[in-house]
Amino acid sequence: MSTESALTSEDFYVRETHHDDDGEHHHETGTMLGFWIYLMSDCLIFGTLFATYAVLGRNYAAGPSPADLFELDLILISTFLLLFSSITYGFSVLRMDMGDLKGTQIWLIITGLFGAGFLYMEVLEFSHLWHLGATPMASAFLSSFYTLVGTHGLHVLSGCIWLIVLLAQLQIHGLTHENKRRVMCLSMFWHFLDLIWIGVFSFVYLAGVLV
Amino acid sequence: MTASAHSNHEDGHHGEGHGSFKSYMIGFVLSVVLTVIPFYLVMGDILGNAVWTVAIVFALGATQMIVHIYYFLHVTSQAEEGWLAMSIGFTVLLVVIVMTGSIWVMFNLQENMMPGHEQIEQIRSLP
Repeated sequence: MSTESALTSEDFYVRETHHDDDGEHHHETGTMLGFWIYLMSDCLIFGTLFATYAVLGRNYAAGPSPADLFELDLILISTFLLLFSSITYGFSVLRMDMGDLKGTQIWLIITGLFGAGFLYMEVLEFSHLWHLGATPMASAFLSSFYTLVGTHGLHVLSGCIWLIVLLAQLQIHGLTHENKRRVMCLSMFWHFLDLIWIGVFSFVYLAGVLV
Repeated sequence: MTASAHSNHEDGHHGEGHGSFKSYMIGFVLSVVLTVIPFYLVMGDILGNAVWTVAIVFALGATQMIVHIYYFLHVTSQAEEGWLAMSIGFTVLLVVIVMTGSIWVMFNLQENMMPGHEQIEQIRSLP
């Protein structure tokens, strides 16, 4: 009986030290998992906005339809801007893993420029639509369209602001443990936005023009 | 337990956690292909059949999402001891319920609320 209890306590002790050894890593995964849960809740927001668009997207109220409004060649350019920004962010993370601060910053700046380019294309598109009289007030289709695409655009905007703040933090503190964690969180956020954009261009633009 | 923790830790260094140059490039090339094909199909009107084109666009979009999740977000069944995969599975389930439920209910509502032309004629011709 006593030997058995000694064994279990030793077992416990060994596990405890292993846990302690791994403490830093464990803490990091906690933050990453928490941020992931936030992204999933964001995913639900986009899910409801997609559902709204699916329901309202055909109610033109005698106004313009997607085929009249959307210019797919411009959407293709935006899509590629976002796709390039995803891969350049990947390069930045790889540079960070090598401990190369300068490389991380340069790839992050390139990512930010692609993100800004995407936002510029979106502002251009929205202002063009506005001039055509296709405002959110025109029809239920346009209300749901602006809400869905605009929410995605706002996310990209906040991603860009976060990127600028992160660049300042990297400049001041260097590649510390905290900064590495921040880079990884923004990485998830950025790739997630590209993921949502796949849904937007397939569902809203490509399918919208066809049906 | 220790084995899984160990493999998780190792993954963090080799690729799975942050990815490698090769995995990012594979993901990027696949994404480019999966982006270009639907745009080509729609802009060139290759198939000449809207229903099939939409079906293919959606299938390719879903595939590209999976590519992004695997190669860019690094979600595997082992990452974070399965919690990432489990939470994304739950989220996808909720989104599917919300999407299909909304479309289903609203479609039926619209069908039943708005009488078709022949129905109106029928009602008019009633004695």
